[in-house]
This record gives sequence, structure tokens and C-alpha cells, in this order.
Amino acid sequence: MIKDVSLRVAYGEALANLGVENERVVVLDADLAHATMTSMFAEKFPQRFFNYGIAEQNLMCAAAGFAHTGLVPFVSTFALFGAGRAYEMIRNSIAYGNMNVKIACSHSGISVGEDGGSHQAIEDISLMRVIPNMTVLVPCDPLETKKAVKAAASIYGPVYIRVARPIVKNITNESTPFEIGKAVTLREGKDFAICATGLMTERALAAAEILQKHGIETKVINFHTLKPFDKDTIRKIAGEVKGIVSAEEHSVIGGLGSAIAESLVGHIPRNILFECVAIMDKFGKSGKPEELFTEFHLTASDIVENVLKMANS
Amino acid sequence: MQNESLKDIARKLRAKVLTMLYESQSGHPGGSLSCVEILMALYYKKARIKPEDPKWPDRDRIILSKGHAAPIQYAILSDLGYFPESDLSNFRQINSHLQGHPDMNKTPGVDVSTGSLGQGFAIGAGIANAAKYLGKSFQVFVVVGDGELQEGLVWEAAMSAAHYHLDNLTVLLDNNGLQIDGTNDEVMSLGNINGKFSAFGFNCYEVDGHNIDEIVKALDEPSIGKPKFISCQTVKGKGVSFMENQVGWHGKAPNKDQYVSAIDELGGVK
Repeated sequence: MIKDVSLRVAYGEALANLGVENERVVVLDADLAHATMTSMFAEKFPQRFFNYGIAEQNLMCAAAGFAHTGLVPFVSTFALFGAGRAYEMIRNSIAYGNMNVKIACSHSGISVGEDGGSHQAIEDISLMRVIPNMTVLVPCDPLETKKAVKAAASIYGPVYIRVARPIVKNITNESTPFEIGKAVTLREGKDFAICATGLMTERALAAAEILQKHGIETKVINFHTLKPFDKDTIRKIAGEVKGIVSAEEHSVIGGLGSAIAESLVGHIPRNILFECVAIMDKFGKSGKPEELFTEFHLTASDIVENVLKMANS
Repeated sequence: MQNESLKDIARKLRAKVLTMLYESQSGHPGGSLSCVEILMALYYKKARIKPEDPKWPDRDRIILSKGHAAPIQYAILSDLGYFPESDLSNFRQINSHLQGHPDMNKTPGVDVSTGSLGQGFAIGAGIANAAKYLGKSFQVFVVVGDGELQEGLVWEAAMSAAHYHLDNLTVLLDNNGLQIDGTNDEVMSLGNINGKFSAFGFNCYEVDGHNIDEIVKALDEPSIGKPKFISCQTVKGKGVSFMENQVGWHGKAPNKDQYVSAIDELGGVK
């Protein structure tokens, strides 16, 4: 049983294990191996680890080059410099040719903390989701991060894995299913549904506990895959509950909330109440992660408040 | 193959480029005509390739990083038998496998999809590094444009090529001196190009980019432990007098009169 660790440490462990199972796997990093935790792979397989220095554009193109020869490169840097700075290289060198490159970016969202807004990617899901051929995974805990790494390696084509920095407790277990494109119901409830991803899934479960005390039964669905999006599940849920709250540590534009709205508009027979708990089109800033979750209204109480608003409407 | 016949092939290929552009009324003549001999040196003389087996794993890779010169690459690939010559008539047309810029998943013989400048170079360096890791002996040849050297990515890739001692990588520069908005010097001076690549750790050569023998000679030079850079001095629009050294012929198709005149100058073969 994996202990409570940061998602990046879980990523590093998963990668080192994957190296044993699959000798085609190589790892590329951009001078952040000890922050993205690809260093764990590098120590085990020094010949299969390639540092490309502080040059993220070349990092992505080099990964595409490795994939051209049939290798399976995992490439890591911070989310902002991967999905952001090297965006067009990911689009044209990796995704356009459907290259088998796995991009696992750590330090996503405001949970980066003290480094501040310049280093907090609040738009990476959105950026990666609009690229054809791209699969987007956002694990919620260490166990799911390990499953995401395995699943990414098991399919052909580009995958973006969003990895967060903080230490997180496991909210899933070994037997929780993980199939790319299939949302996981973590808690049943007939009144409302909270659809969450990444670090917000833990907060969604806490919110459901609080709501139960208010006499409100809330489903919690974990969307570990943002693309391909599980439209069937969200449309089914929309027929079962009075309202849905999305919860994500990401901009309200282009992430989970947007994916839900895209899936529902025009595809459900009736109106449904819908609220987004997300970063409201603002840059992040310095602070302790938990302070920032409060500051940006990304806590369990914020989710509860949104559900209660709908319940009383 | 005699040099005389290579000259005939070059003329024929230039005429095919013009026909493709004339028929589609779209594409880039100047930079396609300037790198005819560079690509011929690779495809007809130097590279180990098997047109009957485009995906042969041990083939040398030829990457046209200046992807807007796709017409000359397509003309050569069809001449070598990768696909029928009649396909050239569909260049840039809907549902054609001959896209505006090279697409490895559509066109047999295209090793890497290119067109977004700098990326073909960087992918090529990545392939060369992977080849070293895998113990493969194939070579990677990348053709870049001079304006393309203004991309920061080029220098990131150059740095990594020297760092990883990629002596299986050769970068050939189509140094025609012009780009879309003017001469290189007017738009963004490139300074001492060979000096820069030399400082980055490449073995550097300078050749007449329209002389296949000279290009092949530089390609044959040993380069142990270092990547190779060959600056090929070329003329943009080479072979069609009214297009030569004209900025305006970067991305414009000829009209009927211009086309007839160009074909006439190239010896009348379409």
C-alpha cells in the first residue's frame, strides 16, 4: 500500500517501476529532475535518462525525436514551462504527428504555493485539451498517479499527465478502477453531484460529508481523465440529480467545468443547475498552498456553499 | 550517375516544382528552387534509403526543417518512386497526401512532419540522440533555412547536439540570404553563422549550394564526436531568372505567362 506522499513522488516511483517493466521507456527532463522527481528514474537507469537543460522547447522536440525511433519517452518539467512555454512544440512536434510521447508536468495549479503566480499553471488543462490526439489525465492522489503513469504507457499516442506538488493522502485504493476516459463514482447520492478532478477530489469528498449533515445526499465523481471526456457519465448523472458542481484547481475557462458544460448543453432533456468551483480568471500568487485554496475559493466549504445555493434556489 | 545527368535531373525537378505551384496556384517557389541541389545530394548521392521500403528502420533520415520547400521534396520523392508522379498535380489540394508542409503520416518518404520553423532541426537532434542510445548507425540529415536560424529553438537544439556529441547529425543550411520581409540583414542579421555554429561545437563547412559534388564532399568529411554544419551558399529562386534573388517570390505562385516563361528557361520539359 502506497503511503501518503506528494503526487510528484508517486510519479517518480511509478516511473522507476515502469522502467523495469518496459525497456522502451526513456525519460527526459529540463534541469528539474529533483523537483519533478524523474531523478528517481535517473538513479535507477542513468543510461535511459536525458537532461536537456533549461530549454523546454527543445525538450519537447527531442522527446518527439526519441518517439520517432520507437522509444517511449516520458518528458517532465513544470506545467507552466511544458504546457505553456513549449505549447507549440507539443502541438506540432508531438501531437500533430501523433507521436507516442508522455508529458508529465509537475507544479500545476496554485498548490505550487510560495513560488507564486509566475510558476502556477492555472491554464494547462485547457491548453492541452484543445490539441487533437492529446489525452489529458489529472490524478487525484498518489495511487491514482501511479495508475495514470501505467495507463499512459499502455496506450499509443501523446498523453499529458498533470502532477501536483503537495503531499496528498490517498482517497482511492488499490481496487478503485482506472480506465482512461471513464469517470469514477467515489460516493453515491441522489440530490446533487460534485464532479471533481485532481486535488479538488479530496475536497469534494469532504464537502459531501458536510452536506450529509445538512440532509443533502451528494454524489462525488472523480474525473481523472479530462480528455477523452466521459460524456456518457456526465449526461447520465445530469438526469439523476437536481444540480452539479464542478471542482478543479484550474481556471474556470477551458477545464473540467467547461468540459461538463460542453457535454451537457443540447444533450439533456431539461435544465439542470450548474456551478463551477474554479479559479475565476485570475493569476495565482505566493502563499502556503492551503492559504491559497482558501483565497481562491477552492475549499470544501466553497463547494458546500455552491450546493446549498442550488438546494435553496 | 554522371554530373551531366544530375544537372538534367535538377532542371526537370525545378520544372516539376513550378508546375505544382502553377497548378495549385499556391506554395513557395524561391526557397524550393534554392535547395534543389542540397536535397539531390542527400537523396541521390549520400543517404542510405530504400524507396521501396520508406519505413526501413535503419534508413538515414532526411528532415526538411524548412518545410515550406515541400514541393522540391515531393518532386524528388516521386522521382525516386515513393509515389506516382501524377500525385504531384494534387499538391496542396483537399484530400491530397501532399500537404502544404511535409506530413510524415500522409506522404511516403517524409520522415518528420515539419513547417513550424526550428522544430525539424530539434526533432532531428532528438532522433540522432535516440539512435546513439539504441546503437543504430543511421545518419540524420536536416535542411534548415537561413531565416529559420532566427528561431531560438535552433540554438537550444544546437547546444544539445554538441552536448550529446551527435556526430550522426548533419545540418545543411540553405543560405539564400532572403526571407519574407526582406534580406536577412534587413530583417534580423545572422552575423557570422559558421562562427556561431563553430562556437556551439559543430564542425563547420561552407560550400556552393548548387554544386552537388561540393556538397557531397563536405557530407563525406569525417566528424567524430561532433555534429556537422554545412553552410550551402545558394540563390533564392535559382534557375528561373526573374525569380532569382527576389524577395517577392518567397510564397507566390506564377501566373500563366510567368509559368510558360520559366518552363521555357528550364528547357521546356514540364
